Amino acid sequence: MSFPWAQHYTPKAPLMQWIDQRLPLPRLVYNAVGAGYPVPRNLNYFWNFGVLSGLALMIQIVTGIIMAMHYGANELVAFSSIEHTMRDVNGGWLMRYAHANGASFFFIVVYLHIFRGLYFSSYKAPREMVWLLGLVIFLLMMATAFMGYVLPWGQMSYWGAKVITGLFGAIPLVGEPIQTWLLGGFAPGNAALNRFFSLHYLLPFVIAGVIILHIWALHIPGSSNPTGVEVKGPQDTVPFHPYYTAKDGFGAGVFLILFAILLYFAPNFLGHPDNYIEANPLSTPAHIVPEWYFWPFYAILRAFTFDFFFIPAKLLGVLAMFASILLLFFLPWLDTSPVRSGNYRPVFKKFFWILVADVLVLGYCGGAPAAEPFVMISQVAAAYYFAHFLIILPLIAMFEKPLPLPGSITEAVLAKHGEHGAAVVPAE
Amino acid sequence: MVRIGAFFVGLFFSGWLLVTFLVGAVSFVSEPPAPTAEHEFHLHPKEVSYSFNGPLGHYDKAQLQRGFQVFKEVCSACHSLKFVAFRDLEALGYNEAEVKAIAKNWAIKTPDVDPKTGEMAGRAPVPSDHFPKPFANNVAAAAANNNAIPPDLSLMTKARHDGSAYVYSLLTGFQDQPAELLKEFPDAKTPTGLHYNPYFANLNLAMAPPLTAEGQVTYGDGTKPTVDQMAKDVSAFLTWTAEPKLENRKRAGVAALFFLLIATGLAYMSYRNIWANTKH
Repeated sequence: MSFPWAQHYTPKAPLMQWIDQRLPLPRLVYNAVGAGYPVPRNLNYFWNFGVLSGLALMIQIVTGIIMAMHYGANELVAFSSIEHTMRDVNGGWLMRYAHANGASFFFIVVYLHIFRGLYFSSYKAPREMVWLLGLVIFLLMMATAFMGYVLPWGQMSYWGAKVITGLFGAIPLVGEPIQTWLLGGFAPGNAALNRFFSLHYLLPFVIAGVIILHIWALHIPGSSNPTGVEVKGPQDTVPFHPYYTAKDGFGAGVFLILFAILLYFAPNFLGHPDNYIEANPLSTPAHIVPEWYFWPFYAILRAFTFDFFFIPAKLLGVLAMFASILLLFFLPWLDTSPVRSGNYRPVFKKFFWILVADVLVLGYCGGAPAAEPFVMISQVAAAYYFAHFLIILPLIAMFEKPLPLPGSITEAVLAKHGEHGAAVVPAE
Repeated sequence: MVRIGAFFVGLFFSGWLLVTFLVGAVSFVSEPPAPTAEHEFHLHPKEVSYSFNGPLGHYDKAQLQRGFQVFKEVCSACHSLKFVAFRDLEALGYNEAEVKAIAKNWAIKTPDVDPKTGEMAGRAPVPSDHFPKPFANNVAAAAANNNAIPPDLSLMTKARHDGSAYVYSLLTGFQDQPAELLKEFPDAKTPTGLHYNPYFANLNLAMAPPLTAEGQVTYGDGTKPTVDQMAKDVSAFLTWTAEPKLENRKRAGVAALFFLLIATGLAYMSYRNIWANTKH
């Protein structure tokens, strides 16, 4: 599926013709991420983060598979097997630090990818399925990252596992049996560690599968673009290869430079020191905090400190935390404004940046100790988070007067270069 | 329907959070949380400069050897170093024969099976052994140390914020409890058997000051063994035990960045070249 003017795969070498007739895999690649996929010519750098997320997943899978060769999924040896990897395995320290920091970078690029989608309303028709599948990937990533963090069996691993599985214990009546069933025991132990390892190895491949669906769904309508105006003709697009492969290559270089700086010069900057202490069920850390990429959600969880009549505060927090992600699935139907791009939505734009600041504040509070004033700040910030998506966005869509949209992508591009009314030349 | 439902869900969560906030704010203003001694008297680690700081930092082998000597003569009486093997000491500049001698003469024996009788017995460590633990188990460790278990030191400098400076500050930070603290918090008097140290999270720790006097160890290289010097050396040594590949890592990092900067520069030029005639 593509635009009618997409280039066609015409293999010249006899071998490629022979393969194409029997298994058109090169054709599939050509049409998916090659010259056969026409892409709007005006994508900005925020459109790099999809490819960068894929790169981050590849880094995680490669380093993870190598780590698994040296890891012992048993509570007696898990911690020391990681230390063995760090000290005695050739290049083991590199694999381990790349895997730990790679997870952080995966979340950084995915968060930028998601906020790009929020600002340019990439979730709107006809791309709802792309957005929904993206959220499925995000949920799978969170599950994978959480279980991966348990594997080194340090203090934060153990107590994090205890707190997070404890959330299920807040469900009325069946909560505690569910928690016991998830852990395979009454507290995190060997059973939990083994199943987390098994699932941590499985889920990245499930993510890879959903990514294929995500890209498939994207290729039906084609990529969105910063104006939010749909592609109208061949002059609006360029072939993905070489135009965007070259741009993504540069983006990947910048990504890897930043990754290398953290990996080689501050590999423990984003980690918690307590995870270099072996898990000890008898000694609770002073502050149990998850990894930084969960902090906004952790802040929402802890913001609920009062029971609502018969609903206990803990259950409210758990419901709110899950709701804070699940509400994103309804976004295509909550934001009914016909205009996609935030560039042409003056009111939406302001609230978007408030949301960005709000999530950063939530993140800061989630990483801080559960004490005042952080709890109060996170209560206000969490209130805004829900109000933003569930109340403010639908209202803006009803009352906002959007700015006039450009007639086409090409018109917007030429206007940017000060060439009003210039002849429209097809961009290849 | 979706928007009406969403409106009420949003109203519920946001509304209840704001109610919670208001109640919390009122009680925060009417009864502000009481200050604690930990909050007011705990200090962050001192600023220390080490040779291994910075992107091009490397270990000072003479300092690591001195630090190892402090560990051997002072710390190892109570603390284990279980992730480090004697063979690793070659990274400190000892040759194979010296490592062998260090292992053989180590004060603590490595538990093993007697090859003749099959009974558990101790034997002199060999270079491939990890440092043997000073206590047979946690019960023995607690019994010998006023119910506190001396933690393993292999990863100590990575298991605390600003670890190297933390170890240095803790070792040089033992002092009498300040009079202001006792005046403000009479209940916070250091209990008997514990020792006041503002760099420790809850201000009182079980470990007695381990480095007490100049000349506690005699350095072979003529460095003056002041308490400050010994603390600095042993904190450097413990940084090495926690991160033995630090030098490889930083060296590889410089090479990787050099490569990536060139590759990214080329990628940028090819990007500009390909897009040169396409306005976007």
